[in-house]
Amino acid sequence: MSEPVLDVRGVVKVFGDNAVLRGVDLAVGEHQVVALIGGSGSGKSTLLRCASLLETVDDGQVLLDGEDVTDPRIDADQVRRRMGVVFQAYNLFPHLSVLDNVTLAPTVVHGRPKAEVRDEAMALLTRIGLAEKAGEYPDRLSGGQQQRVAIVRALAVRPRVLLLDEITSALDPELVGEVLAVVREVAAQGMTIVMATHEMGFARQVADTVAFLDGGVVLESGPPQQVLGDPVEARTRQFLSRVIDAGRL
Amino acid sequence: MDQGVGLPEPSALELSRRAWRRSRARRSTLIGLLSTLVFAVVAYLVVTNAPGWPRVQTTFFSPSVAWESLPLILEGLWLNLQVLVLGGFLVLVVGLLVSLTRTLRGAALAPLRILATAYVDLFRGMPLIIVLYLVGFGFPALGLQGMPTSPFVLGTVAIVLVYGAYVAEVFRAGIESVHPSQRAAARSLGLNHRQTMRIVVLPQALRTVTPALLNDFIALQKDVGLISVLGALDAVRQAQILVGQSFNFTPYVVAGLLFVLLAIPSARVADAVSARARRRQQSGSLL
Repeated sequence: MSEPVLDVRGVVKVFGDNAVLRGVDLAVGEHQVVALIGGSGSGKSTLLRCASLLETVDDGQVLLDGEDVTDPRIDADQVRRRMGVVFQAYNLFPHLSVLDNVTLAPTVVHGRPKAEVRDEAMALLTRIGLAEKAGEYPDRLSGGQQQRVAIVRALAVRPRVLLLDEITSALDPELVGEVLAVVREVAAQGMTIVMATHEMGFARQVADTVAFLDGGVVLESGPPQQVLGDPVEARTRQFLSRVIDAGRL
Repeated sequence: MDQGVGLPEPSALELSRRAWRRSRARRSTLIGLLSTLVFAVVAYLVVTNAPGWPRVQTTFFSPSVAWESLPLILEGLWLNLQVLVLGGFLVLVVGLLVSLTRTLRGAALAPLRILATAYVDLFRGMPLIIVLYLVGFGFPALGLQGMPTSPFVLGTVAIVLVYGAYVAEVFRAGIESVHPSQRAAARSLGLNHRQTMRIVVLPQALRTVTPALLNDFIALQKDVGLISVLGALDAVRQAQILVGQSFNFTPYVVAGLLFVLLAIPSARVADAVSARARRRQQSGSLL
C-alpha cells in the first residue's frame, strides 16, 4: 500500500473518566473503503468525529496525506475542507434548498465560480436521481432522499476522504437500499471512504477492509471475508453472532 | 492531571500539544488584559480632559452628596425589595393560573378561557404607569370600606396585574413548546389532563421558559421603582426628595446604580441558566 490518505495512529479520546478510544490505529489507503463495525458505544462515531476534527483527540495523531492534522498549530478549517462528512441524521440545512445545500461549501468556502459549481451540483444530483428536487427544501424529501443529498453535499467539495457516520441508521428499512446504492457508486468511482455501519451485508460487499472496534481499540481488521466470515478474536465472533441473532447479516 | 484509574497515560506528543495550547491560552489572556488596560486609560483621559467634566462631576457624581444620601435611599430600596419579592411571587402564581386556564378544554369552560384571554390582552397592552394611577389613586377614591390605601399594597397589585399578563404568555409559550408526542404518551398511559399537565408537561415547560422568566424578573426589578409615583417612600422617591433639597442630581445616580447592582446578579444567573439549557439541548442532538 502506498502512503495512506488517512492514517490514525494511537488515537485516544476521553469523555470525563470514560476513555472511549484507547489507542486506535487505522490506515486508509487511496481508493480504499474501510468499514468500522462494533457494538453501540464502541467508539465508531467518536473515531470519525476525531478524524474530521469535530473532536479534539486526547492523544495520538491523525494524518491526512501525511500531514499531522491533530497538531494544534494547523488550521482545522483548512483540514476539514479536504474531508467530507455525512451524519446519521442528515443535518441538511432546513432553510436552504437542496441545490443551495450542495453548492454552499464549494462557493462560500472554496470560492469557486457559482455557475460552474451549480452545473457540477446538478450533474451530481442527476446521478443520484434527484435533479428534479433541486429547488425543494429538505423537509419535503424522504429520509433516504435527504441522506442522498447529504452525500452529494459532502462530495461537492471534492474531498480526499469521505467519512460516513452510520448514515442508514436513522432510515426506514425500505429506504436503506437507495442510500447504499449511492455509496456503492461513489466507492466504485474510486473515492476513499471510511464508514461506521451496522449493515454487515453491505460492508461485506463494498468494503476492502473491515475493522472491528472493541474496548476502545481496533481489535481485529482485515478483508471482509476474513473478519466477518472467520474472525480470529472471540469478541468479534460474539459480536457477529449477536448481529446474526438480530437478523442483520 | 489525575485522570483516574484505567485511563491511558498521555504520550510525550500529547504533553507537548497540551503545553502549546496552554501557552496559547496564556498569550490570549495577556493580550486581552493589555488591550483592556489601554482602552481604559484612553477612555479615562478623554473623559477627564473633556471641557465640561468638572461641572458634570459636581452635578452628578459628588461623593459627599452621595454619601449623605445613601442611608435614606437604602431605606427606600428596602421597600422596593419587599415589593419585588412579594410581587415576583404573586406574578408567578397569577401567570401560571392564567396560562393554565387558557389551556383548559371543554365548552363549559369557555367563559374562563375568554376571561383569561381578555385579561392578558388588556394588561399586556396597558402602560404600567396608567395601571398604577388607576389602582393607586382610583381604588382609594372609591371610598369603599376595607379598601387598602397603602401605596405599598396598591403598587404591588398594579405591578402584579401587568406582569402577571406577561408571565402568563411566557408560561403558555412554554406549555405549547412541549412536543405533542409527550402529551400523547402521557394520555396513552391513562393520565388525565390535569395529571398530564402537572407531571409531564409543566416540568418540561418550566425548563424551557426559565431564561425568559428570569429576563422578566430583571425588568420587574427596575419597574418596582415606579411605585414612587404613588407616593411610596421608596429609593426613587427618596432620591427625588434629596435632589430637591440639595439641588444636586447625585442621589438619582446613587439610586440608579443601586438598582443596577441589584440587577447584575440576576443577569448573571439568567445567563448561566440559558447557557445550561443550551448545552443540554445540544448534547441531546449530538450523535
